[in-house]
Amino acid sequence: MIPAEVFLTFILMLTIFLGFELINKVPATLHTPLMSGANAISGITVVGAISLAGTGEQDLANWLGAGAVALASINVVGGYMVTDRMLSMFKKKEG
Amino acid sequence: MDILIQFAYIVSGGLFIFGLKQLGSPATARRGNMISATAMLVAIVAALLDQGIVDFQFIVIGFVVGGAVGAAAARLVQMTSMPEMVALFNGFGGMASLLVGWAALSPEAGTFTLVTIILSILIGGMTFTGSLIAYGKLSETIGSGAVQFSGQQVVNSLIVLGILGGSVMFCMNPGNDLWLFVVIGLALVFGIMAVIPIGGADMPVVISLLNSYSGLAACAAGFAVDNNILIVAGALVGASGIILTQIMCKAMNRSLSNVLFSGFGSGKQDTTEVEGEIKPISVDDAYYVLEAASNVAIIPGYGMAVAQAQHVVKELTELLEQNGAEVNFGIHPVAGRMPGHMNVLLAEADVPYDQLLEMDDINPRMENVDVAIVIGANDVVNPAARENEGSPIYGMPVINVDNARTVFVLKRSMASGFAGIENPLFYKDNTRMLFGDAKESIGGLIREFS
Repeated sequence: MIPAEVFLTFILMLTIFLGFELINKVPATLHTPLMSGANAISGITVVGAISLAGTGEQDLANWLGAGAVALASINVVGGYMVTDRMLSMFKKKEG
Repeated sequence: MDILIQFAYIVSGGLFIFGLKQLGSPATARRGNMISATAMLVAIVAALLDQGIVDFQFIVIGFVVGGAVGAAAARLVQMTSMPEMVALFNGFGGMASLLVGWAALSPEAGTFTLVTIILSILIGGMTFTGSLIAYGKLSETIGSGAVQFSGQQVVNSLIVLGILGGSVMFCMNPGNDLWLFVVIGLALVFGIMAVIPIGGADMPVVISLLNSYSGLAACAAGFAVDNNILIVAGALVGASGIILTQIMCKAMNRSLSNVLFSGFGSGKQDTTEVEGEIKPISVDDAYYVLEAASNVAIIPGYGMAVAQAQHVVKELTELLEQNGAEVNFGIHPVAGRMPGHMNVLLAEADVPYDQLLEMDDINPRMENVDVAIVIGANDVVNPAARENEGSPIYGMPVINVDNARTVFVLKRSMASGFAGIENPLFYKDNTRMLFGDAKESIGGLIREFS
């Protein structure tokens, strides 16, 4: 049996290359929304935090998880909203 | 149920990738952001379906508190304060990864898990404090200059050694909390130490690098709690942040290590000698020159953000166009305090994005430009970068405004720009200085036109 860590590391390697390819040719105009959009994605930690915050154990890990859910939610909600606010202002010249 | 959750994560990962792809073009970017948000929603709902979750109280409280804070901040923030807002959000993401790594610690954790826990704590911790310092510098709650002291290298090396030692000890004695706290503490200190020697003008690089770190921290946390979607999304952010960082460095013709460790302008003595004299111009005279111009280029910099002048700039642009002139904007890749800062401000003022030209597009056209208006930019239009090997910014690609027939420089006073580099542009024969607050000067021009 190949251990699961190997597959996870394999996924990591492929994803990093994919990330490089995705971002490489983005025009400078979009660098800020791209950065803040990517920043919102980094709030994905919330998914990991959810399982830790929901154990019902009332122990340290539970409290840490709850804190992580709150902090990551700021990152996710704030990040997506701010990005959308910026992108809604980008307009092409009429006519 | 578990297999269903895993499939939901796959869908979410696909949507993240597609969303990022769409973010790469102005026409589809907004939809791309929506797709990415949907991906996040799918992942969160899937995580909530986990059978291990018996108590939703903490989760709901966390969501409500965090969501409310994030939403309020996102709505209220001024467009000019966007760089520090992004830095702050980023810091919270890093801290969340630290907490997840810590919470994932259990007595039965294997060595691989322990290593990933320590990585998520380390990267998350330094992202957190580093982002807070970046926030402080950008919002000018703390001085934005580079902070350097003798023995800095030694102190930093000791911290790094301490982190390495502490991490090894932690992995060998996971039951002993002492080493855990040592690593957390040192990671937080290291984030501060890493960002204080970097000056305000280099912040675009720092922000995109910290953004990359927060992705990597999420990725490490994903390994710690065995979660695919954290690894995929975190790695995407990590990779994209590194690419952006590289683009910024290239735009300044400096290596990443030079940006991170040198403290801009401190090492090299400025040997730029300036000849000629400063020629001020009044608003009245500037108006007559502009009225006769048929091709105008506007080069904005951080000063435009400080003066909140983007709306009056747009108004002036319209008047010039009504007057029959062609108006373009030349945007230097590192103008402002974050990548693409100027583009966002001008978009806020309703300037269409196809009017904003990148440096390589505007430079060949410069010879046909009648008037180049420099608003609050300094180093990015400094001809010394091209002509003077002794200048600290020699070799950095700049916008060659001095090739235009006339250059107007809107500037508060003759105080030099960041790091005190002399700018020979101000002394050239075809340069006229329009002193005063940029917003008021442009307001004056607008009144003359109407």
